[in-house]
Amino acid sequence: MSGTWQRIWAMVLRHSYLLRSSWPRLLELAYWPTFQLLLWGFITTFFLQHSSWIAQAAGVLISAVLLWDVLFRANLGLALTFLEEMWARNLGQLFISPLRPSELIASLMFISLIRTLISVTPAAFLALPLFDVWVFDLGLGLAAFFFNLMVMGWAIGLLVSGLLLRLGLGAESLCWLGIFLIAPITGIYYPVEVLPDWLEPVAWTLPSTYVFEGMRSVLFDQVFRWDLLAGAVCLNLLYLLLCSGVFLWMFRVARYQGKLLQQGE
Amino acid sequence: MDSSSCGTASPAIQVSKLTKDYSGTMAVKNISFTVERGTIVGLLGGNGAGKTTTLSMLLGVLVPTAGEITILGANMLTERHRVLPRMNFSSPYVGMPARLTVAENLSIYANLYGLKDIKNHVHRMAEGLALTELLKTPVGDLSAGQKTRASLAKALINDPDVLLLDEPTASLDPDTADWVRGYFEAYHKKACATILLASHNMGEVERLCHNVVMMKAGVIADQGSPGGLISRYGRDNLEDVFLDIARDASDVRETLS
Repeated sequence: MSGTWQRIWAMVLRHSYLLRSSWPRLLELAYWPTFQLLLWGFITTFFLQHSSWIAQAAGVLISAVLLWDVLFRANLGLALTFLEEMWARNLGQLFISPLRPSELIASLMFISLIRTLISVTPAAFLALPLFDVWVFDLGLGLAAFFFNLMVMGWAIGLLVSGLLLRLGLGAESLCWLGIFLIAPITGIYYPVEVLPDWLEPVAWTLPSTYVFEGMRSVLFDQVFRWDLLAGAVCLNLLYLLLCSGVFLWMFRVARYQGKLLQQGE
Repeated sequence: MDSSSCGTASPAIQVSKLTKDYSGTMAVKNISFTVERGTIVGLLGGNGAGKTTTLSMLLGVLVPTAGEITILGANMLTERHRVLPRMNFSSPYVGMPARLTVAENLSIYANLYGLKDIKNHVHRMAEGLALTELLKTPVGDLSAGQKTRASLAKALINDPDVLLLDEPTASLDPDTADWVRGYFEAYHKKACATILLASHNMGEVERLCHNVVMMKAGVIADQGSPGGLISRYGRDNLEDVFLDIARDASDVRETLS
């Protein structure tokens, strides 16, 4: 294993040990998506009996819930993993080793992917026996949606982690707050045209909006919209680059201010 | 201490005109010193003297306001990743993830330092530091002495050429502290390692160090061998020299007279 890959692997090991050592953490990962699935599943069941719109595409809400959880968990998986290092006052130890900030970013993304898969997989499979929704019917589109939401979650997670480095643990609630800010405007459960006119352009600056519109296009019209996919990929690349830059900049500032050895509760 | 068999021409650590200014608060002011290869040097000073700030800059986790640091021939500001695999650090104030076991922590650091055959390496380290029985114990459940041994295993996992220690025996009972000092002596002898030791324990410094750098209020107040400093200040031991410097000898003598 080359140096970089071994150091990234070391960080992945560090957080997989942590996950393995705490069954409440593992349970918590799977609990919320399952809870969301049950809640929205029953809401969907109700709508199916009372709404012709929903009846056109059974499972649209269930799919939206699961995809939203991919975004939510990708963000949380990255930001919380970084937060674990701050809680453990471990950043100083890590950065006196040969670990580079870019390698830490890569390992945070990998751990976030593992946490997200642990989170959403049980709920995705439960949706079939409980609500007769097989999210894998989205086909190859599902992979594209999943990948784009992961990347957007990583970008937000990196931004939040950079702010945590700058502001300290007092700002840890940003891990949860940041992602929920976009929930109402990104068209998870309803099309973007439902939003007020002035808010629609804001919604289209979010890669997730393209994903949820794309999902509805597949489920309602059985059409995979490549233009929406291209929009999501371009915006994601831009945001990932920007947010990685912010994280690396904040890391640099922390090295100037001596915060790497001082972070803690 | 005999270091003649370890030393080579170029110093292991060269610090030149090093300064750290925290927005108007000068933690370290224009200090310069050299640590020869294969020697153990003590970095002494009262609380707030600038020892930890200096160590942080040497480790590369704190960027100096001015000055240069060269370790094993590498400029720490521009090429620290070239030399970090050959360095390590231990301090009771910088812990390891408490929920992970000793073995898990050590295998993570072994990977970070790019070691091969990690399982055997970790077991050898554990054997040398009497940690074998504790390998499956979470670090958070260890006693202070056991934690120090685990931290030491982490600090020596890459067989560092340069080892920086910040009060390594603080909060240890005399027996454990003596054992730890003996371990450092043995490691230094075996690896010809260069060790920079920040400590408040003058007995420890006299026992281990070839040279001493005394800091006060961010500057170097004096430096030399422990024996040389003791005779220069006309004292019986390094603790009295430390007190003279910390309290400023001339002021003390005036007050006493």
